[in-house]
Amino acid sequence: MSGVRVLVGTKKGAFILTSDGKREKWDVQGPLFAGWEIYHMKGSPADPKRIYASQTSAWFGQMIQRSNDGGKTWETPGGEKMPQPGEFPSGANNKFVYDTSAETGKPMTTHQWYDGTPHPWEFKRVWHVEPSLTDPDKVYAGVEDAAMFVSTDGALSWHELAGLRGHGTGMKWQPGAGGLGLHTILLDPKNPNRIYIAISSAGCFRTDDGGKTWKPINRGLKSQYIPDPNAEVGHCVHRIALHKSKPDTLFMQKHWDVMRTDDAGENWREVSGNLPTDFGFVIDVHAHEPETIYVVPIKSDGEHYPPEGKLRVYRSRTGGNEWEALTKGLPQANCYVDILRDSMAVDQLDKCGVYFGTTGGQVYCSPDGGDNWQAIVHDLPAVLSVEVQTLP
Amino acid sequence: MIRVEIPGHLKTLAHVDGELQLEVAAPVTQRTVLDALEAKYPMLRGTIRDHVTQQRRPYLRFFACQEDLSFEPADKPLPDDVVSGKEPFLVIGAVAGG
Repeated sequence: MSGVRVLVGTKKGAFILTSDGKREKWDVQGPLFAGWEIYHMKGSPADPKRIYASQTSAWFGQMIQRSNDGGKTWETPGGEKMPQPGEFPSGANNKFVYDTSAETGKPMTTHQWYDGTPHPWEFKRVWHVEPSLTDPDKVYAGVEDAAMFVSTDGALSWHELAGLRGHGTGMKWQPGAGGLGLHTILLDPKNPNRIYIAISSAGCFRTDDGGKTWKPINRGLKSQYIPDPNAEVGHCVHRIALHKSKPDTLFMQKHWDVMRTDDAGENWREVSGNLPTDFGFVIDVHAHEPETIYVVPIKSDGEHYPPEGKLRVYRSRTGGNEWEALTKGLPQANCYVDILRDSMAVDQLDKCGVYFGTTGGQVYCSPDGGDNWQAIVHDLPAVLSVEVQTLP
Repeated sequence: MIRVEIPGHLKTLAHVDGELQLEVAAPVTQRTVLDALEAKYPMLRGTIRDHVTQQRRPYLRFFACQEDLSFEPADKPLPDDVVSGKEPFLVIGAVAGG
């Protein structure tokens, strides 16, 4: 029977939760990288044994960990002990240096600070790793301050796709409360040259040439917290998601508003419908039903917990507007956790499994598309990210 | 041998226990000690000093012989007791209690 491997990044290490296809009994491995923040982990679609992890610390900086055996053992590419004294590896997994070359664009030196003044670009951490759909050694990284990096040698070395920051609006980008992070990378499964990314709080951007050139795709977004609510950039997009069969349709959880586009981001429209609040962070799409989507409403931008203390996933089977609350197995009183933007995922099994993690350390699983939920674990450190691998 | 103490998280990263011992050719300075440390343990590159600027990361300090050497020039010779191995060179993380 096939199974699943749930990759959980937390404030104090990583955990790997495994189960068979029933998704009832779980094995918990961890903490890995104990004490370090694990912003994100994700497996390669081309080789499920290859997993990348972003390991970060305010004290010691950024590391990228890599596993070649499904998470049993890990290495820091380029950081291995050298057999001969004086020999250095050719790369460094943690060397993220903004591109300042004249050949590859017009690198920005500043973005906007919270108060609107220019602020130098400073690398802080990797928020998101996105392995290539076809090549286990190719992986993208979304970083803070917002930029896109790529490695083609298994995370041994990185270079910036400088056309993103350099396309023209970079100087206007401003951090959200959590920083100026590039947090979402979606690879178009039908068009290898098309990539969507999202930045808080700049908005969404798309490339159609594999990352050389980029453009904002934010038409239709309205944000009352910026001087021009319809501006080209400046929108605090929290997460975007797509279904592999319809990659021109994107769903978005914005700071406020749940949105969708059916033309690859050229035009967005609101589909918040009857949600109790349209603030939130996560959004995801059912594995087999491209119009079934999930969000977890959060009370407001000032109160990051479920409304009324009831943890409810909302599901729409109509691609938005009409939503139903999913509550079976979720706490319906005194629940004041948050669900961060990279903390929801779905598996590919016949009955699609839906997963999300909370800042209270719970990871919930629904093995039946959201109808019933169970906590796989109750007491992990605050969960920063959840990804799922469906195993053969 | 130069003795070096690094924070626990970096020991985990480098797969080492306890105090490290390094062979460092003269002159023994912050720079040559850290160069030797990173040569022996490449996974530590970028964790103590910035990759590009080679500046000490903000939340780390350098101590030895009950002195704060954090703001000393990188090429200034370290105290004799560090050079002789009597005292360790300490890489200390800023305290985050609470």
